[in-house]
Amino acid sequence: MAKSELELSWKDLEVGCVVSEPGNASQYRTGDWRSVRPVWDTEKCIKCGVCYIFCPDMAIKKTEDGYFEADLYYCKGCGICAQECITGCITMVEEEE
Amino acid sequence: MGERVGIEVSLAAAEAVKMANVDVVAAYPITPQTHIVEHLSELVADGELDAEFIPVESEHSAMSVCCGSSAVGARTFTCTSSQGLALMNEIVFIAPAMRLPIVMILANRSLSGPLSIWNDHTDVMSVRDCGWIQFFTENGQEAFDHVMFSFRVAENPAVSLPIMMNMDGFVLTHVIEPIEFWDQETVKQYLPDFEPVNRLHPDNPVTMGAFGLPGIFTEAKMAQDQALINSKAVILEAWKDMGDLVGRYYKPVETYHVEGAETVFLSMGSVGETVSLAVDQLRARGKPVGQVKLRLWRPFPFEEFREAVRGVKQMIVIDRAITYGGVGGPVASEIRSFLYLEENMPIITNFLCGLAGRDVTVEDYMAMFEKTEQMVKGKVRQEDYIIYGVRE
Ligand code: SF4
Ligand code: SF4
Repeated sequence: MAKSELELSWKDLEVGCVVSEPGNASQYRTGDWRSVRPVWDTEKCIKCGVCYIFCPDMAIKKTEDGYFEADLYYCKGCGICAQECITGCITMVEEEE
Repeated sequence: MGERVGIEVSLAAAEAVKMANVDVVAAYPITPQTHIVEHLSELVADGELDAEFIPVESEHSAMSVCCGSSAVGARTFTCTSSQGLALMNEIVFIAPAMRLPIVMILANRSLSGPLSIWNDHTDVMSVRDCGWIQFFTENGQEAFDHVMFSFRVAENPAVSLPIMMNMDGFVLTHVIEPIEFWDQETVKQYLPDFEPVNRLHPDNPVTMGAFGLPGIFTEAKMAQDQALINSKAVILEAWKDMGDLVGRYYKPVETYHVEGAETVFLSMGSVGETVSLAVDQLRARGKPVGQVKLRLWRPFPFEEFREAVRGVKQMIVIDRAITYGGVGGPVASEIRSFLYLEENMPIITNFLCGLAGRDVTVEDYMAMFEKTEQMVKGKVRQEDYIIYGVRE
């Protein structure tokens, strides 16, 4: 996307608001919506990957040592990972200003 | 030029759709549109028309199919009436936002209830703000001609908007009229092949119908509004070219005896011909009366309308729909607000009549003229609108 949405004038829009660039949803920062953020306690984590599977936005990445963490560009803070984690090692913490 | 045939207007319209070489027809039968769809399905079944006829399970599906087929670049037609339009309502608003040039005939019929199958304009007025190009036809010839016109305007890349051709139910759909058909060569000259601005195709993937956040929605609506406003230039050109080809020149606003007229009737659709007869009679009695017929409803032809009513002192606006608890019929309230800023704004009286097919005769229009004269002279109180002919 050349311009961000807020820079576009009505004349810049494609006819019918067609999105002519496939796959550009990856540029959409859903992390903006977040008010709480998941924090992992690797002490309790058994690396089962349940959080990874349940994240509705595929915002959880596997780290090099086999644990998991949220990609904060996309993580909306929905808390599903914390709810589903088997061992209760994910805590949702308030985002500070 | 083609031959002149006596034919039911619905069948003629269907034949015109065939001559326009449509690719996809998706429609659900509903009175009084039925004969159009039935005839198209026969034409496809008999191999006379090489098109997909999709007998959908509802009008909601009809309009959804139309959006899909138009999006892949197929010339697309549907038609409906009243409750069918109400059922497809959700998608009716989406088609112009996606700039899909679907052609739809709306065989005008009142919206229930009470349940009614008869003609008025309550259906079309319920979608006044849907963003389609909307116009009215007055007789069978106009209906036939305007099928070609509709495809040509809608599919023009500078327009790329759906178009709704209004045709009064029964009064037009079910009558047999002499209609001059176009020959196929004329159609070919008038109507180019459909080349969509955007096309859903695997070779060039695009997303259509995506969501719009608050940060872009207003811009999207501005672009859509401008597209509809700008379509007028293409509409005028399409009428001009049609005139040059077949000899019938149409205008966004037609006038009848407006020269020197102090009072004009404003009509839309098939009642126009009856109003003209009333004008003849009033003129014969020395009354300076004329008539303005609004053919193009969206985009509203501001300049042409202003020109047509210049110098007029009284205007009698005929509405065929009710705005419950409002300031008048949809046409009159719009005309009043449009003329509000004009100098010498005429006095506007508004008669709601011809609901659900109730006959409105020449005498009735003359009575409306009398009533208007009385109101203007202050003999009776001016009212925002009068539901004409109602039994007290
Ligand atoms: S909070 Fe929601 S979006 Fe963020 S990582 Fe967990 S499941 Fe995914
Ligand atoms: S669900 Fe819990 S235990 Fe399993 S990998 Fe994710 S954080 Fe670790």
